[in-house]
Amino acid sequence: MKVNDSMKLMGVAGLMALAAACSSTKSTGPDVAATDNAGTSVSSIVAGSQDDLEQNVGHRVFFGYDQYSLTAQAQSTLQRQADFLKQYPNVRIQVSGNCDERGTREYNLALGARRAEAARAYLVSMGVDSSRITTVSYGKERPIDPRSTEEAWSLNRNATSTIVNVGA
Amino acid sequence: MIRRDMLARAAAALLAAFLGFSAPAGARVRIDITQANVEPMPVAVPDFIGSDNDLQGLGRDITSVIMADLDRSGLFSVIDQRAYVERLASVDVRPRFPDWRIINAQVLVAGEVRRTPDGRIEVATRVWDVYSNEQLGAVSFKTPADNWRRAAHKVADFVYKSLTGEEGYFDTRVVFVHETGPKEKRTKRLMIMDQDGANPVLLTDGLNYQALTPRFSPTQQQITYMALFDNRPGQVYLFNIETGEQEQLGTFRGMTFAPRFTPDGTRVLMSMERAGNSDVFMMELATRRLTRLTDNPGIDTSPTMSPDGRRIAFTSDRGGAEQIYVMNADGSAPTRITFGDGRYQTPVWSPRGDLIAFTRLYQGRFYIGVIRPDGTGERLLTESYLDEGPTWAPNGRVIMFFREASPGSGPTLWSVDLTGRNLRRVRTPGDSSDPAWSPPLP
Repeated sequence: MKVNDSMKLMGVAGLMALAAACSSTKSTGPDVAATDNAGTSVSSIVAGSQDDLEQNVGHRVFFGYDQYSLTAQAQSTLQRQADFLKQYPNVRIQVSGNCDERGTREYNLALGARRAEAARAYLVSMGVDSSRITTVSYGKERPIDPRSTEEAWSLNRNATSTIVNVGA
Repeated sequence: MIRRDMLARAAAALLAAFLGFSAPAGARVRIDITQANVEPMPVAVPDFIGSDNDLQGLGRDITSVIMADLDRSGLFSVIDQRAYVERLASVDVRPRFPDWRIINAQVLVAGEVRRTPDGRIEVATRVWDVYSNEQLGAVSFKTPADNWRRAAHKVADFVYKSLTGEEGYFDTRVVFVHETGPKEKRTKRLMIMDQDGANPVLLTDGLNYQALTPRFSPTQQQITYMALFDNRPGQVYLFNIETGEQEQLGTFRGMTFAPRFTPDGTRVLMSMERAGNSDVFMMELATRRLTRLTDNPGIDTSPTMSPDGRRIAFTSDRGGAEQIYVMNADGSAPTRITFGDGRYQTPVWSPRGDLIAFTRLYQGRFYIGVIRPDGTGERLLTESYLDEGPTWAPNGRVIMFFREASPGSGPTLWSVDLTGRNLRRVRTPGDSSDPAWSPPLP
């Protein structure tokens, strides 16, 4: 009964992800399995999930001040994201563009859109179907680090990929 | 949606009538507010007279609002009431001018609050030149008693105009973004208040979106702003202050943002983002027809139209760092007008047409400044860790903006005059940003 109830709650998306997890563990999914092999605690991360994206792939790329060009590091993160998206073809993502607080609201909304688009365009150029990626700009309105320091600003200048749903 | 019943009061028309005494003579006392260094004019404002306790209380309240308005303008210094010698018995009796000269007043604002036969109040005011013994002007407002604040602002506007020759801006309101909660998950709601901070009322509930960059319609009780949602691109909205109704201004796949009414109130300029690039568009409100005004690979945003409707200023990074450009209203002939170091954003054309206010970023500091539309005469008026988002008083003589004085401090509203000397905190309930000054109230 209990299992059944929780299954219901998880819904279709949850079941899909669970199925993906089982298969990937068996077939030595690249990241979850690697964690297990390394002998650390058995990972509870569901393959193909947001947790998987964040912890094993990298869901965020960072930009210089008032910049929207992709650094080499950003490109390699996006390359891994593209591989991830190819591995889980039902996953759709939204890329949000974000800015530090050292610009005006209106300009930063435009700059955030540029950053999201830079990440999206790179994923598409790596072979991800553009229909699987949407973008949004949050300007400077959603900082991940609330401090007003250089370190916080460099974290807040980002494009963040979030799994929005696992398509049917 | 939260209520806005102040509009009922705003709609209660204030009837103005000039008192029959002597016609305003050629004013000898006069403030030239175009001069860079204005000495505040000493003015006496005794409590407005009332014939009973209630009217006296109302008179005191009205007087304190007038005094605060005049003081905040920076053009007047209100003399302490304790120094006053004469005790006025009626607004219709000529004052003893030597009694006011002796306390160094140049101008006396005398007033009386009466009850009208139909149950309203009448606020009668005379403005006297204490040195020439002449009446500079007289005015009377009749209004419901609970609308006394607007009557007081009207009196302050009358005094301002009597002495400067320009329209006052005290009977106006400000819409802004009221901010609460932690920075990472901030609630941002529209709030409206009188320009002196009285009567704050929330307009949006802030549950499903952050409300940003509100702008007043120059002709109607209407606001345009941007709603920033979770997980879909933000969109420009219209908000009717009187009914609380709102509607999205068109449906677009890309983000729409940085809206601003045109001076005639019939169109909204805004930016729209397509595939990451932002350009300037104009939407006609009656037909919802959208016209593209810029088509450039650079970011084009923060459009603002000149009061004559012929030109549009905007921010663009087409030349590298962000600078201000001015183009014709049809989008032709964009010309860069700022060339200083750093970055120039959020241009806002003065209602007088003579200046464009802006936010400038330079070496980690933020400035509010003004520049002529031809690019000459740039002056910086303020500086801090973050000064952003100028908005003009309807007479084009005062700018309001928001400030984070130091890293991590919450945003607050400030006003500054065009000399940069009269910098004042604007009272708001809690953290506040993105002020937009209303036109004169109807």
